[in-house]
Amino acid sequence: MKPSSFFSLIKKGAEKRVLISKLTPYLLLIPTIIYITVLIGYPLAQGVILAFQDSHSHSLSLINFETLVKDPHFWEALKFTFLLAGIIIPIQVSLAIAVSLLLYTRFKGSSLVLYVFIIPLTLSDVSAALMWYNILTGNGYLNKLLMALGLIEKPLRFFGYAYRYMEVLAIVLAEVWRATAIVFVILFAGLQMIGRDYIEAADVFGATTFQKLRHVILPMLKPSLQVALVTRTLFALQVFGTVWILAGRDVPILAGEAFYWQTQILNYNVASAYALVIGVISILLGWLYFKFLKPEYLAGGGL
Amino acid sequence: MTVVRLENLTKRFGRVVAVDHCNLTIRDGEFMVLLGPSGCGKTTTLRLIVGLETPDEGRVYFDDEDVTYLPPKDRNVSMVFQSYAVWPHMKVYDNIAFPLKIKKRSQDEIKRRVKWASKLLRIENLLDRYPDQLSGGQRQRVAVARAIVIEPRVLLLDEPLSNLDALLRVLMRAELKKLQRELGVTTIYVTHDQVEAMTLADRVAVMNEGKFMQVGRPREVYEKPENLFVAGFIGSPRMNFFDAVFSRGVLNAESFKLSLLPWQTSLLEGYEGRTVKVGIRPECIYPPNLAPRAAKLECIDGTIDFVEPLGSDTILHVRVGDITLVVKVPGAYEAKIGSSLRIYLDVEKLHVFDPASEKAVF
Amino acid sequence: MSQARFLLRKLLVYAAAIMICAWILIPIVLIFMSAFADPHDYYDIKKVIPTNFTIENVKDLLITLGEWRAVLNSLVVALLTIAISFPIGLPAGYALAKYFFPGRDFFRLLIIGLRMFPVMVIGIPLATLYIRIGLSDTPVGVAIAHASLALPFVILITSSVFASIPRDYEEAGLIFGLSGFGVFSRITLPLALPGLAAAAIFVFVLSWNEVFVATILTLMNRTLPADVLVSVLEAPDPYKFAAAFIMILPAMAFVFIARRYLVTMWGIRLR
Repeated sequence: MKPSSFFSLIKKGAEKRVLISKLTPYLLLIPTIIYITVLIGYPLAQGVILAFQDSHSHSLSLINFETLVKDPHFWEALKFTFLLAGIIIPIQVSLAIAVSLLLYTRFKGSSLVLYVFIIPLTLSDVSAALMWYNILTGNGYLNKLLMALGLIEKPLRFFGYAYRYMEVLAIVLAEVWRATAIVFVILFAGLQMIGRDYIEAADVFGATTFQKLRHVILPMLKPSLQVALVTRTLFALQVFGTVWILAGRDVPILAGEAFYWQTQILNYNVASAYALVIGVISILLGWLYFKFLKPEYLAGGGL
Repeated sequence: MTVVRLENLTKRFGRVVAVDHCNLTIRDGEFMVLLGPSGCGKTTTLRLIVGLETPDEGRVYFDDEDVTYLPPKDRNVSMVFQSYAVWPHMKVYDNIAFPLKIKKRSQDEIKRRVKWASKLLRIENLLDRYPDQLSGGQRQRVAVARAIVIEPRVLLLDEPLSNLDALLRVLMRAELKKLQRELGVTTIYVTHDQVEAMTLADRVAVMNEGKFMQVGRPREVYEKPENLFVAGFIGSPRMNFFDAVFSRGVLNAESFKLSLLPWQTSLLEGYEGRTVKVGIRPECIYPPNLAPRAAKLECIDGTIDFVEPLGSDTILHVRVGDITLVVKVPGAYEAKIGSSLRIYLDVEKLHVFDPASEKAVF
Repeated sequence: MSQARFLLRKLLVYAAAIMICAWILIPIVLIFMSAFADPHDYYDIKKVIPTNFTIENVKDLLITLGEWRAVLNSLVVALLTIAISFPIGLPAGYALAKYFFPGRDFFRLLIIGLRMFPVMVIGIPLATLYIRIGLSDTPVGVAIAHASLALPFVILITSSVFASIPRDYEEAGLIFGLSGFGVFSRITLPLALPGLAAAAIFVFVLSWNEVFVATILTLMNRTLPADVLVSVLEAPDPYKFAAAFIMILPAMAFVFIARRYLVTMWGIRLR
């Protein structure tokens, strides 16, 4: 064979090999891309259309959003969704930081405490809600205990429309109990990534615990804190199971209203409108966060 | 037994040229060491020879076969990684047997060859263990055994000793050299440690910034460095460098003069009146009473700035005007910091470099 | 630090540790107790802690009320979710971990964004879509929706699992005779298996616990959380607690088995 054609054959073989290796990642991504387009993208588009469709005439209009705006439940749902988020998230973050710092000292038995603390991660919001229902209900342990101790004569009422704000309290308890671990996991991993050297250096230079916290630990924890906050906030907008179990529609929330219109009124369009509202608020908040954070932080672990 | 030839080999990563139009022929059965600082391109060159990277330009030949674009598994080469890369989910026996298994050799042959390789590396008693039960040194032997079990055309090693502690490193060095002699396989070894290079190599290829600065036998590279980089990289403590103006057979440094030998003067023809870079190794400078007879010596007066007693040698830092010359004295040498010392330079051992091209004149 | 202060600090640390464990464990213990408490004891206002226990609550719930069907549905849906999300997500995770290609960062960002996406936005249209294509009220339908929820997690988790396998191991495989696929099946995959198993358990629990989408996509073939939301809430309290027990047990059991892997998966180092 002529040398030149021999070499061109080799080059072709090489090019084929290089070509395959360059294409491989895209080939591996194809199933995901197809799935996302068909089973997420398409329903998403449908959802947007549904939200703008009149449920009777199927023509496009803003009627669903009009219904929303005119419905006092909508405004209450908005209020309560944000109220719950506003109470729960700060408590969760503070608790998570406290537990992270405690476990960071690696005292004897700290791994056990770690495993115990993340147990709630395995539980659904429905289960957690039922647990606190169990404790707080009329026949629940709290009331029975307090009555047996003679501290109260009648059971404390946590449930029922008239006791809406007690229901909010129950919801806060259940959510803090269940979901603090989510924030904790992100923060604790972030805390461990701070080299011990930095903290030990602070020790050597005579910093007090409070100073160490303020000047070394919390600043270096910022990226994790930001990830945790974004994640938690976006999930807080979708809060559903806990509220539905403990309060039904007494405490309206956005996801709950969507559920109500979908399964009980059977008006899929208004339900979609609610879903769209949740979606838009999520995107807005997400974008706000992105603006003030570097996206690479979000690539870290955590739920 | 294979001759490896690199022809105009070039590899770029973005804007960085890791390997820059390199040419090299490694002889059949030779132990070639690629030596250089980190980032000089030695590992990339190795990976191009193995086939883990493909070059942007140039070719790699094994004997007369162009292997440039062959995948590693078709090149019949073996490699020992710096991290050993001994697979943790397989026993030692399976690790070593793996290359043979893939090549579908018979069970008998596999058993035989694994036994042979593990005997050579003295790990026969470890065959049933898992890698995480072994020490670093043992894992390294497994990696070497695995590499030689198929009798590769070329054996490549990427800084295999750098993760071992100092004592083990010295022992393994000797073993590797012996092993290579016995097997006679063409070997390419990458390291940044010049002691390793000098003791192991048949030839050394000194690399910097993707280029071969000099290729030659260890002695050659040491005694006749072809450029400033090689002169400064090889040798510990490092060669002394200073500037001097050449004029009429004399090198005029800041605070002293050195008269050159006639052959040196004639080589420096054309440098009349110009500044050149001068180099002399610390072991070629002597305190009084310790200078060898036969050499032509020039003496300089200086002050002792610093003393490093190493036990086997003593390193003196002698300040002469603006320049500090490092002097290596065998054995113990009593010296007081601040005292003056007359040192003797062996003129024959001087090196002079062109200041612009950094190439050695002699 | 003086001896006394040191001891005090130690005491506080252990006190805090005990309180945390109590805070988490007591509600769980209580609901297990309630699930098995004799209803008479439960409704007896004077009895704080039940003394008579029975398995009737759980038995009735499962058999008489037919909740076992919901349990089965949940199981099937969870397994199907794994079966759908893994073959799709695993290759993507591998691509993300081992290849550098244009668009990599964009893709990664897309997946992260997807992870935080409210599931109801696709759940509701899926309900109408399923009616049209006949997937309404089927485990497969719910599994597909759950797989959409799980996919970002599968991709990101498997990506980090594969990335944690040192490149050297794979390159050694290439040198000693394996093709690219051979390296994956004989070296990468065996080493990745523990991490992938943990990811599978994670997806299982995710699907097992999911309630919103499961409820709107099913009518007769509900999963356990969906059924609890719709029917069990009307039932007497003891049944509620029995249902909670059934929901909690498998999830806790699974995670207990895989606890080490899950913890490292989240990036936490144990001593």
